[in-house]
Amino acid sequence: MQELSTTRNNHLIDPSLHVWGWEIPVYLFIGGLVAGIMIISGYFVLKGQYKKNVFSCFHLPHISLALLSLGMLALFLDLEHKRYVWRLYTTFQVTSPMSWGAWILVLVYPALFLNTLIRIPEPFRNRIKLFDRLSERINQHPFAIKNIGVMNMLLGTLLGMYTGVLLSSFGARPLWNSAMLWMLFLVSGLSSAAAFVHLIARDTFERELLAKADNGFLTLELFVFGGFISGLLTSTRVHQEAAMTILTGSYAPGFWVFVIGLGILIPLLIQLLAVNHKVRHSPVAPIMVIAGGLLLRIILVAAGQDTHWTLASFPGN
Amino acid sequence: MARFGMVIDTAKCVGCMDCVVACKTENNVPEGFNRDWITTEVHGTFPTVQMEIRSERCNQCATPPCVYSCPTGASHVHDVGGIVLVTKEECIGCKACIASCPYDARFIHPEGYADKCTFCIHRVEAGMDPACVAVCPTHCMHFGDLDDPNSPVSKLLASRKHHSLMPEAGTQPSIFYLT
Repeated sequence: MQELSTTRNNHLIDPSLHVWGWEIPVYLFIGGLVAGIMIISGYFVLKGQYKKNVFSCFHLPHISLALLSLGMLALFLDLEHKRYVWRLYTTFQVTSPMSWGAWILVLVYPALFLNTLIRIPEPFRNRIKLFDRLSERINQHPFAIKNIGVMNMLLGTLLGMYTGVLLSSFGARPLWNSAMLWMLFLVSGLSSAAAFVHLIARDTFERELLAKADNGFLTLELFVFGGFISGLLTSTRVHQEAAMTILTGSYAPGFWVFVIGLGILIPLLIQLLAVNHKVRHSPVAPIMVIAGGLLLRIILVAAGQDTHWTLASFPGN
Repeated sequence: MARFGMVIDTAKCVGCMDCVVACKTENNVPEGFNRDWITTEVHGTFPTVQMEIRSERCNQCATPPCVYSCPTGASHVHDVGGIVLVTKEECIGCKACIASCPYDARFIHPEGYADKCTFCIHRVEAGMDPACVAVCPTHCMHFGDLDDPNSPVSKLLASRKHHSLMPEAGTQPSIFYLT
């Protein structure tokens, strides 16, 4: 037998770590969604689709600005020492992914804003002269527009990667300690973003295109999941036990039913039928994909906190 | 540069929790929280069952993941003895340091900043032992410079079998347990 008992009973630490509640998964989800939207909208800008008012890429940048601000609000709500939040921007800590993320966000906002200026949304046109002038100036230089598109794609990729790297850098939590996590979060962000554009798109061509893209992202996500899980299962006992928390443990029902089943497989099937014109496009599949993306982060954040180095000696605890 | 560490003789520790009370009193640790605690590990098969009682706290790692993950530099390695400290006016309470600690040695102080054992740096700088070491009734706890081969802690480590906690985590803890 092997038993470990402790007199420690610190709030949020014992009996198992639960320092991060709903705020961090929501922040990671919105970060991933915005990252995906930036990549998609950057691609559309690069392809010149911004000229068509009916295209949703016309709306994506300002929707992203609002979404990102919501994500930042969730992050802010999670902070325990809120009045010192400005300390994030008095330093750059090269070893801290959170510091990288804070500075990436400083670049993301202006990139999204520039993207918005390519076509200022109708209700905001002719209101602020400076913005109208900037928009005119940008539109006189097609090369600048292409650069804004590329910048959005690059920063979107960085943002999407960051949401995964943030967790995978925590070596103390074996479930997160995988080099595949950034890829999983990036692909999941792309898939949620494609589903989001699919949901709001009015143009048939755009809706078809995004549904097809989403099918690709969802399929890729399944492969990345395979890599993530097999990486853990072929690693040390600690990592194997960590993988078991989502495969067969207390998080397994949520993982298999909501993340894999209702979040990936079923919507993939519906969208495959839709793009092959067997069923009509409906909001059901994209909503399932978006909800699955959120649940993926909720489950991984919660399960990851439950995993620790003592799992090898005390499996199942 | 000195590297402060602790050597704790598990053959002498009786788990009386004097160290826990001394720490709470010395450092005004808020109610419901602990910077140090007692862990009892029992292993083996009857009749060869073994029990180890340990006084545990932040391991003051030489490779501290809490410091590396801190986005503001609030968690840092102090010049004095390589002790890992938190500057509360720089801490934003993001809890990254807590998630990165394999020993779960940190907690969020009710005022919002990350808190943990400081090896009683205010006492150490005044030439005294940390409070937990000073009050131990069985003298099972020893504090000193691990980099000085002539220090009592180095001599104990050289002469006795010992282990640290979760060496596989690769954080190079500065607390050792004599067995």
